[in-house]
Amino acid sequence: MKAARFDYLRPGDVGEALAALANAEGAKILAGGQSLGPMLNLRLARPALLVDISRLKALQQLEDAGRTWHIGAGVTHARLEDARGRLSGGEMLSEVAAAIAYRSVRNRGTIGGSLAHADPAADWPLALAALGASVNVRGPTPRKILVAHFIQGAFTTTLAADEIIESIDVPKLSRAGRYGFYKFCRKTGEFAEASAAAVLDPETGVASIFLGALRGIPQPLTSLAQQVAREGKIAASTEAVSQALAQSVSGLDAVEHSMATAVVTRALMQVLAP
Amino acid sequence: MTQGIGARIQRKEDARHLHGRGNFVSDMILPGQSEVAFLRSPIAHGRIRRIVKPSGAENQVFIRADLGDVAAIVAPATVPGYKLSEWHPLAHEKVRFVGEAIAMCVAPTRAEAEDLSEQIEVEFDELPVLVDTQAARMESTVRVHEQWNDNVFLTLNYESGFEAKAKGAPVVIRREIALARQAMVPMEGKAVLARWDDRTDQLLVYASTQVPHIIRIGLAQFLGIDQGQVRVISPDVGGGFGYKCILQPEELCVAWLALKFRQPFRYVEDRREHLVVGANSRQHQYRLTAHADERGRLLALDADITIDGGAYSAWPFTVALEPGQATGNLPGPYDFRGYRCRTHCVATNKPGFLPYRGVARTGVCFALELVIDAIARAVGREPWEVRHDNLVSAADMPYDNVARKHYDSGDYRKALILAREKIDLDAWRERQRRGERDGRLIGIGFASYCEQTAHGTSVFSGWGLPIIPGYDQATVRVTPDGGLEVRAGVHSHGQGMETTLAQIAHEVTGIELANIRVLLGDTGTTPYSTGTYASRSIVMAGGAVANACKALIPRFLAIGAHLMQAAVATMKYENGQIMGPRKSVSLRDVAEAWYLRPQELPPDVDLGGLEATVGFRPKRDTGAFSYASHAAVVAVDTEVGAVEILDYVIVEDCGTLVNPMVVEGQTLGGAAQGIGTALYEESPFDPNGQPLASTFADYLLPGPTEIPAIRIHHMQTPSPYTEFGIKGMGEGGAIAPPAVIFNAVNDALRSLGVELTETPLTPRRLLEAIDRAKSSTQPRVKNS
Repeated sequence: MKAARFDYLRPGDVGEALAALANAEGAKILAGGQSLGPMLNLRLARPALLVDISRLKALQQLEDAGRTWHIGAGVTHARLEDARGRLSGGEMLSEVAAAIAYRSVRNRGTIGGSLAHADPAADWPLALAALGASVNVRGPTPRKILVAHFIQGAFTTTLAADEIIESIDVPKLSRAGRYGFYKFCRKTGEFAEASAAAVLDPETGVASIFLGALRGIPQPLTSLAQQVAREGKIAASTEAVSQALAQSVSGLDAVEHSMATAVVTRALMQVLAP
Repeated sequence: MTQGIGARIQRKEDARHLHGRGNFVSDMILPGQSEVAFLRSPIAHGRIRRIVKPSGAENQVFIRADLGDVAAIVAPATVPGYKLSEWHPLAHEKVRFVGEAIAMCVAPTRAEAEDLSEQIEVEFDELPVLVDTQAARMESTVRVHEQWNDNVFLTLNYESGFEAKAKGAPVVIRREIALARQAMVPMEGKAVLARWDDRTDQLLVYASTQVPHIIRIGLAQFLGIDQGQVRVISPDVGGGFGYKCILQPEELCVAWLALKFRQPFRYVEDRREHLVVGANSRQHQYRLTAHADERGRLLALDADITIDGGAYSAWPFTVALEPGQATGNLPGPYDFRGYRCRTHCVATNKPGFLPYRGVARTGVCFALELVIDAIARAVGREPWEVRHDNLVSAADMPYDNVARKHYDSGDYRKALILAREKIDLDAWRERQRRGERDGRLIGIGFASYCEQTAHGTSVFSGWGLPIIPGYDQATVRVTPDGGLEVRAGVHSHGQGMETTLAQIAHEVTGIELANIRVLLGDTGTTPYSTGTYASRSIVMAGGAVANACKALIPRFLAIGAHLMQAAVATMKYENGQIMGPRKSVSLRDVAEAWYLRPQELPPDVDLGGLEATVGFRPKRDTGAFSYASHAAVVAVDTEVGAVEILDYVIVEDCGTLVNPMVVEGQTLGGAAQGIGTALYEESPFDPNGQPLASTFADYLLPGPTEIPAIRIHHMQTPSPYTEFGIKGMGEGGAIAPPAVIFNAVNDALRSLGVELTETPLTPRRLLEAIDRAKSSTQPRVKNS
């Protein structure tokens, strides 16, 4: 279980990283390495070149950009966890970060790496989709894309081989905004068996619920979210959630349906808690 | 502070391990050392048509034909009907499970050795795969081993008083119960480093093993060289659990390389290999019928057990050990007189079964304890009460049970009563009635077991295994400054025996613990022992250390008497001092006389000097039986299928405690593994025999946050047969947790009519059972 041979580059800036990606066949970006590392050792990933972006200062920013939090792709889960209390309007980020895997994983794993890897059971694709966050992509043509559109399926994104995630813009919640995040893991630190994120903000009109840990991308429960925004607790009962899931998410067996109902209901309970 | 038997003191081993200064095979680097990687079979069953080595690397890649005279590993036993398997160190003609070693590759680094293994081409004629145990048992044409007439390693039949006792019983309970296959997952997997030593004309093998002396015998036998040409050193070992009590094919392969090329070679199993090749334990299926009276008193038990033995029988303990232990131990700590048991051990295309901590008893305890609870529900009594009434009573000790086991001592009922008190059953029952605010269901469970430990010659010789444990020996030697060296052939891989054996030596000699050094695990420096397994080492090696120390005391007195010019008969030995009628000399004075000033010795001094090797065997070798009752409280989340352990109590009796902290550490570690068996660990295979849990992403182990703060209470009933009344206890912690957790969960789910009987208790299994119960028209569990 040792990696196959590869070349290694530590570029000095994002431009150099992009040039390496454009010029080398089979190049792969290494950020925190918390998923790529094991895949290299299992020889499931066999890149010819690893482009290590983990020390690029330009990807480390964590800035208040007014209506959004501007987060560099290389920001670790641990940094967001430790920013608890200092991310006004972005409190959900610290809470989600703090529950990712173990601290040792959080010390190295990055928010950009998690989005690029797009594990269906991961927390960031789900939470950031619910928050309406966007991904800033650098490449031959810089572009900005909603997280919910960026991720296309299990381990699949729109990121091209010559592109790099530069940062993520996360819209802030107003003071009236509420969020909920609930995941069920068989043990501490495992990927979720079922997970859900919900964001309701009466001031901005945001109402979103996403179900995660599915076979593909996080699933929006749009009409349920709107109903809960309108009617409150009555619309968030176990029965209502169960029905909404039956209508809008296909392919769940009875067990998955039960777990999904529970996590969505519990995420909504956090949102609606007085 | 006291340092002898019963002292609660920190381990001598701790400092080096806590500071990362242990010395494991993975830490060792010898000049010119090569690393070995194995090409392992990607298919579960097939004929090897052709193997093509990578061109240019033919001298770095080895297959079965290259090993020449190295013998296949064949593990004989005289149990009637037991069939032999031939386990070649590298696959010969056929592969029989995914992960079976086909070729070994040698390179300066492991990564390069793995590169080579990728370039080997193997062509197979694939054969139908036997995965399902019951199907394999009935299969008429496909054979795991061609020379057999079926796929059954062994069938055992045992019957004692069954018909008479079962007849007319008013309560009859039938259950099908199963445990998943799992891996043992020691922190360190297999590891072996071998080199040739020209000075001693010996093969030096550093192996991560529990049984260095057995490995020496096995290597010499299968390599076809003299025993004297092999020295096995077991350095620090990161956990054994039974995985390392056998001769590993990889050890044979690496030893062959060193013998052939006279250079150092090393192989270290990685985690993926372990989860694939080490998926080799716990998989039992039970069909039990219990016959009881109206109060739940067990009258007779009928059992049909199927054990998935996998492809090969390991040397020396054989795949027959597991069915033998299952058949003999199923009756548990209970007093009943009708028993009938058929146990089938079936060959399948999976890694060969190995004895895992608890050896069969985790399975039999799980099966019988679930049935005891089912009986209690059927007769409408508290499960602990029914359990209590069925336990062998202290007044009946020693007790010969229905399977001819001889329970030497103890008060099984008292342990259960204490467990009930410590868990506070009444308070939990009250809370259970009130219900939880978060909607979870509370359940309380109990489980009791007794555990045969340090069973010896009479037990093992009955199975006719190639290695039978007999007298363990220890060597003790006073150093010139009055310290003590202790050498024993067992090994310690987490059990703390460098400390506990020293405590026993201190108990006899009074030498300060700091001045006692315990050396283990080296066939070149320690007396022979079959090693560490079967919860035997503290009883056997401990007894030998005590005997060897006792043998020295008259010699201390004789020399001391001469130094004081007094009569030996007037001497007493106390705390390292030889006390005469008027004065005393220290053990150091005696040691200095023997080693440094022999002119002061008496003319008739004992020529054994200050060194003795003495053996030990218990007065009766049928085992010192430890026992325990576990009690647990769980909260079950019936929406997501989660189980949280709210409280966990263990009341255990392993006879005289040598070091309570070591006992507690062993018990906690075992219980953690048992919780893994109950809730997390499973090595599933698909219909093609492909293992589905080959990384920790799929194979879940409990971590620190999954293990509750377990409360341990000790009882101490000395065994009448062992030195100081010590009983073994290394395995016990791992036996009861699956039973107690399932009983607690089933107690919680009783109102839903749900009863779970299959490990591990995954959220999916739990939710499916609830779903089935909901859609079932019958409100109560069938069979009750």
